[in-house]
Amino acid sequence: MSEELPAWSLSAEAVQSISLPEKWPGEITREWAWGGATGAGARVCVLDSGIETDHPLVGEVQRSVAISMEGEEVLIEDGDTAGDLCGHGTACAGVIRSLAPDCELVSVRVLGAGYTGSGAVLLEGLRWAIEQGYDVINMSLSTTKQKFASLLHELADTAYFRRTMLVASAHNMPVESYPWRFSSVISVGSHEQEDPYEYYYNPAPPVEFFARGVDVEVAWNGGGRLVCTGNSFATPHVAGIAALVLSKHPELTPFQLKSLLYLTATNVGGGK
Amino acid sequence: MSDELRAAVAAGVLGSEDQYRALLQSIVDVARAIFRAKASSILLLDEEADELVFEAAADEASEALIGKRFPSSTGIAGFVLVSRQPLVIEDVLTDPRFSRETAESTGFVPKGLMAVPLLHDERVLGVLEVLDRPQDTRFTLAEMELLGLFANQAAIALDLLQRARRAQDALRGDGDLGVLARVAEALEARRGDEDPSREGALRLLAELEKLL
Repeated sequence: MSEELPAWSLSAEAVQSISLPEKWPGEITREWAWGGATGAGARVCVLDSGIETDHPLVGEVQRSVAISMEGEEVLIEDGDTAGDLCGHGTACAGVIRSLAPDCELVSVRVLGAGYTGSGAVLLEGLRWAIEQGYDVINMSLSTTKQKFASLLHELADTAYFRRTMLVASAHNMPVESYPWRFSSVISVGSHEQEDPYEYYYNPAPPVEFFARGVDVEVAWNGGGRLVCTGNSFATPHVAGIAALVLSKHPELTPFQLKSLLYLTATNVGGGK
Repeated sequence: MSDELRAAVAAGVLGSEDQYRALLQSIVDVARAIFRAKASSILLLDEEADELVFEAAADEASEALIGKRFPSSTGIAGFVLVSRQPLVIEDVLTDPRFSRETAESTGFVPKGLMAVPLLHDERVLGVLEVLDRPQDTRFTLAEMELLGLFANQAAIALDLLQRARRAQDALRGDGDLGVLARVAEALEARRGDEDPSREGALRLLAELEKLL
């Protein structure tokens, strides 16, 4: 009778049982990481203001959900038809699609109903998205409310252990905000280059990666496009590349994925 | 001495609202000059009403803007407030988040906009906007950093303004402490004058202190 391996130790006999199917090559290259990948099979969630459906730069959105609060009660509206209340979520979705055209895209709308209660809605939206087991969650927003920090930390760790890679925007300003500061997420700031595949590992965290975030042409409501700047737009670049990697190597854990992004970063692997 | 009384007495002595307003005005004036922009404004979040209010503006129509209100999720300022992320957009006329109605009511429709949340501790106090910077140069991250530095200064000024207002409210209050604050205000207003009523009031206060 085989006994389940305790989570906190590894007996000599059990070593074989946890050997991983993934074969890492002698040299990690971008070609190995995502060469030939289209994002097919990867499930990506955009936690934002909604996504406009049928935008030419976004294409099909597989599922749209709206989160709201009525007092203490969390309301989850599956099949939300409001689209994007701002345009920001559509912008993020468009960037992800431009890198991983065949990934599955899911919109979880947590913005648009005014300022009051926006922190609680954000938290519940993230909780819901993690429960769905998406491969990647793009979060181009944060909260400064200290009271949400420990809950967000717990959720970020839950995501990490359930193989959901949370990719979160770092703040442009020297303030404490969450969840990007947690080590279980990939935090992203902006660089000024124009190549969407150019990304840098930061050896001096908390911001771990820099991706394209200045003068980015993005999708916007009404089938339109805009030129925008902000870490909000750098984040989906990394989310898109993560989707590519996971579509080719679905076994990778968030830890391995992060390591892979480090090894293939422009300033580490020379962008090869 | 309660914090409220302390603040009220301090406000009575300082008459601070005008000074903090002047500080906000100076911030938007400098922001406009540094970014060579056509306009700049600071919007305060009124949490009770869930609305944004123009507190300071540096452009031709600035006087008319002060005090104008709109819902907290309206336009780019509303988005920046809720997401707490600064945004730079080159052409807001095609941006649906940009509430044209709000812009037209202020008499100014910009072509480009930088908006940054005003964060103080864990609170979002409002939004700083810089409108129509010249588009002959590419936007840089150094400018974004500069915008953040201004936002920090504006947030501190807004925080002080809000404190001053709370103190002024206490000052105007009918409660027992309001009287003390008003006395402090009146004494401060007569400081330096050869005013016999001030002398008399100070003597009375000294007696009152002994009595208590």
